[in-house]
Amino acid sequence: MKFGVVVFPGSNCDLDAYHLVKDVLGEQVDYIWHQEESVAGFDCIVLPGGFSYGDYLRCGAIARFSPVMKSVVSFAGGGGLVLGICNGFQVLLEAGLLPGALYRNINLQFRCLFTHLKVENLQTPFTVGLEAGRLLKIPIAHGEGNYYADPDTLRRMEKSGQIVFRYATANGEVTDTANPNGSLANIAGVCNEMKNVLGMMPHPERAGEAALGSEDGRLIFKSILKSWEGSR
Amino acid sequence: MWKAEIRVLLKKSVLDPQGQAVENALGSLGYGNVQDVRIGKYLEVSFDAGSRQEAEAQVREMSERLLTNPVIEDYTFELVEE
Amino acid sequence: MRAEDWRKMGLKDEEYLLITEIIGRDPNYVELGMYSVMWSEHCSYKNSKEVLRTLPTKGERVLQGPGENAGIVDIGDGLAVCFKIESHNHPSAIEPYQGAATGVGGIIRDIFTMGARPIALLNSLRFGTLEDVRARYIFNGVVSGIAGYGNCIGIPTVGGEVYFDPCYQGNPLVNAMCVGLLETDKIKRGQASGTGNPVVLVGARTGRDGMHGVTFASEELSAASEEKRPAVQVGDPFMEKLLLEACLELIYNDDVVGIQDLGGAGLTCATSEMASRAGTGLEIELERVPCREQGMTPYEIMLSESQERMLMVVLPEKEEKVHEVFRRWGLTSTTIGQVTGDGILRVRMGGKVVAEVPARSLAEDAPVYCPAFIEPAYLRMTAQLQLAEIPDSGDAEKVLLQLLSAPNIASKEWVWQQYDYMVRTCTVVLPGSDAAVLRLRGTKKGLAMTVDCNSRYVFLDPYLGGKIAVAEAARNLVCSGGEPLAVTDCLNFGNPEKAEIFWQFRKAVEGISEACLAFATPVIGGNVSFYNETNGEAIYPTPTVGMVGLLEDVEKRCTQEFKADGDLIVLLGETYEELGGSEYLATVHGMVAGRPPALELDKEKALHKLVLPAIGQGMLNSAHDLSEGGLAVALAECSFGQNIGASVELSSKGLRHDSLLFGESQSRVVVSVATDKVEMLLALAAQENVPAAVIGKTGGNSFLVTVDGRELINLPIEKMKTAWREAIGCLLK
Repeated sequence: MKFGVVVFPGSNCDLDAYHLVKDVLGEQVDYIWHQEESVAGFDCIVLPGGFSYGDYLRCGAIARFSPVMKSVVSFAGGGGLVLGICNGFQVLLEAGLLPGALYRNINLQFRCLFTHLKVENLQTPFTVGLEAGRLLKIPIAHGEGNYYADPDTLRRMEKSGQIVFRYATANGEVTDTANPNGSLANIAGVCNEMKNVLGMMPHPERAGEAALGSEDGRLIFKSILKSWEGSR
Repeated sequence: MWKAEIRVLLKKSVLDPQGQAVENALGSLGYGNVQDVRIGKYLEVSFDAGSRQEAEAQVREMSERLLTNPVIEDYTFELVEE
Repeated sequence: MRAEDWRKMGLKDEEYLLITEIIGRDPNYVELGMYSVMWSEHCSYKNSKEVLRTLPTKGERVLQGPGENAGIVDIGDGLAVCFKIESHNHPSAIEPYQGAATGVGGIIRDIFTMGARPIALLNSLRFGTLEDVRARYIFNGVVSGIAGYGNCIGIPTVGGEVYFDPCYQGNPLVNAMCVGLLETDKIKRGQASGTGNPVVLVGARTGRDGMHGVTFASEELSAASEEKRPAVQVGDPFMEKLLLEACLELIYNDDVVGIQDLGGAGLTCATSEMASRAGTGLEIELERVPCREQGMTPYEIMLSESQERMLMVVLPEKEEKVHEVFRRWGLTSTTIGQVTGDGILRVRMGGKVVAEVPARSLAEDAPVYCPAFIEPAYLRMTAQLQLAEIPDSGDAEKVLLQLLSAPNIASKEWVWQQYDYMVRTCTVVLPGSDAAVLRLRGTKKGLAMTVDCNSRYVFLDPYLGGKIAVAEAARNLVCSGGEPLAVTDCLNFGNPEKAEIFWQFRKAVEGISEACLAFATPVIGGNVSFYNETNGEAIYPTPTVGMVGLLEDVEKRCTQEFKADGDLIVLLGETYEELGGSEYLATVHGMVAGRPPALELDKEKALHKLVLPAIGQGMLNSAHDLSEGGLAVALAECSFGQNIGASVELSSKGLRHDSLLFGESQSRVVVSVATDKVEMLLALAAQENVPAAVIGKTGGNSFLVTVDGRELINLPIEKMKTAWREAIGCLLK
């Protein structure tokens, strides 16, 4: 399986995603420059974290007009796997590949800390390898991860299993104190209706090795591998 | 030459944490009469267009495609001929 | 030229005379401006040069010492570490967010200019007390500025220190340090070599911001300073991220002859320093400089301190390729001139020569002063500390909680949670321990890094305080498993033209020098920041020490928190009746007095010789340096990481209880060891001549301390931790 990590001007977690796939998982991976017009040859596209175009205007608003995004949109339309992490999640929302929006954290501060995620849907390509009820310990690092969707959209998403991760306490309870940024219904990650596009604020690529404090992020990538192999 | 003065605000239905913070700060400075503060963005875009009508259409298009995120933001604008 | 012209620019009459001698005529206005910024203290170190020469700067591992954009140390296997610390105090006092942000941007440029990939940021911050509304505003702004810049550019902010004291009320200190990694054969220098080589300017367009920023940094702050706001620049971390990637790509492919960033004194500094170092001259045409505003004069272009700009000398055959790489990164680059052989910096505007002076005279020939110095009168007062007149701490529990929630000791989580300390996924010891540790990808090695200074000690005894700053930094690295390599220092002082201030400066440098020699940690670069005064009142002398250490095997690292129940707690080092300058004395008794604790460099070295191998051989489960708040605070901090309590039995041996629990005697470390390893540790301690005593055991949910069999402290960990963790957040509400 071959992963592609998109590099926008201002991406800064591209290296980390690349490192996890290549050095930790031992899978194939290449960078994709934002001016590329094709993503042919890749099986999963990762939009990494960072500050594409400085996050000026709005996070992800300018990156989504990069040449590469046209092909990412059609890749996703054809069922291709797309994972947007942090800034990548913001780009996916701006590009209309996922519903809702992300804006300023409710306490107005950038926050970098480990969070616990409750997995709400095990039937996506990104979560299919996870044990039911197992919390994921994965860090966040963002200033604009406060998720919003209007009530109708939210209802629709809940119904079709598009809420994938919610912030929870270490005991797995979804409470206000576990919510690090004010996100609606503690939402940390969502997918599209087809389930092949996932956006999440927490950084699984930062939780892939014991030395970094958690290996849970690797499980998401393992799921991707599993579902890809199953689909062949 | 036209200049569009565009104001972008979070929708009423969306919580504005910055506005909230400023509202509280004003309150603690003794402005107890302040009832609401909302913080947004102001953009000036200078451009050429054949007519006012054409200019307005372009500003709307720019605003909806790039300058705002319609999921959470509303905008208003004024056009000035320069 | 009228006298008020040069005086307004900060030049002395005799300095003006010297300029006319050098160039054999009166300078024009542009030239005068250029000399005034280059001969400011900030650029020329004219007051400090003589004293700085006494610092040890050489060592087997040193590949680049002071004099370049940053120093470099060999770490073996073809790799080197490049680091430097720099102040941005005055800009941060005026506009905290942008002042701090551009401070971070500037130090990052210094590192990648040398060809190194920046891998970590640290900072040393000092503010007035948080009861003051303006201090809170500055604190808030500085922290968000550092976060705003560092997070965006994608370099983790992994460590630092934050102190609060009334002496920083009007003059906060913002010292930013950056650490980079490079291959030893890729070192680049700021040299304009090769007559005829093109000179390329790249990055942001030049604006009117930051005019005379260095002159501003070389003056005391006053009410009028607020009006000088235009001297503050605005940072653009996105632009710098592109610059960083593009420049490193070019350096890596050997497409660059010399490179330097444009910081203080802008184009004037970069051109004159690059030419001076290479013994060449430069010719530049200002009409080619992309400007942000119309109608900028030569004076403004030469002195602008607009951020995110770099100057590069390249080979003629590489010129097109260099522009092409910058274009690909979305950057504007322009060839603005060429290297000449005549040693002259010749500046043209539209073909007409607007300045023509020897490049070396700007960069090197500023007069060197040896300011007068005299022992400050206050020292006679502060030295008078009669411990007998101070009641011993009655309620030790109350005092401990008071200290844990004192802002100087309390958790700085409120600060570092706003920094992205994880990006690049190399941070293996996160903020909150004695030193940060980063793994180096593709190797087994790791780097430990820290910044330290107890300025209260330096105030009470500049010589001893300077020595302690180095010792504490080294101890923090050692407790993390790192062998200290080298030092970068940021010397923050008041007005050096005052004899008492200059005495502080000389003495502090003497102390630093002696300690650096003892630990074989040369000073490879740094920065002097004078004139840190508001309305005539100087800050505490604050020589911040940044230090980097090497772990040959990063798996053998150590952190401060207790790891398991039932481990034995061992105190290494000796406790004396020393309360002078302590946080305890300041917080509980409201006194800043006495002499700081004594420091014997041999004892300190013996301690390092014990702790490093003990960590290397896996004997220690945790190690924590004793500093502010002494033994009781250190033990409490060890408990917080994993909520593992401790019970400790001490015997006072005639010491006051407050000295025993809260005194800050130097060269002490508290460690935890599994029971089966304690004999080994004690044997090693005996061999190294380090006093070592088993003082208790880890475990439980409480912190228990008995002294001479009497229980003095019995507190739940949770209660102490809450006080410690929430203190700063509460003060800001």
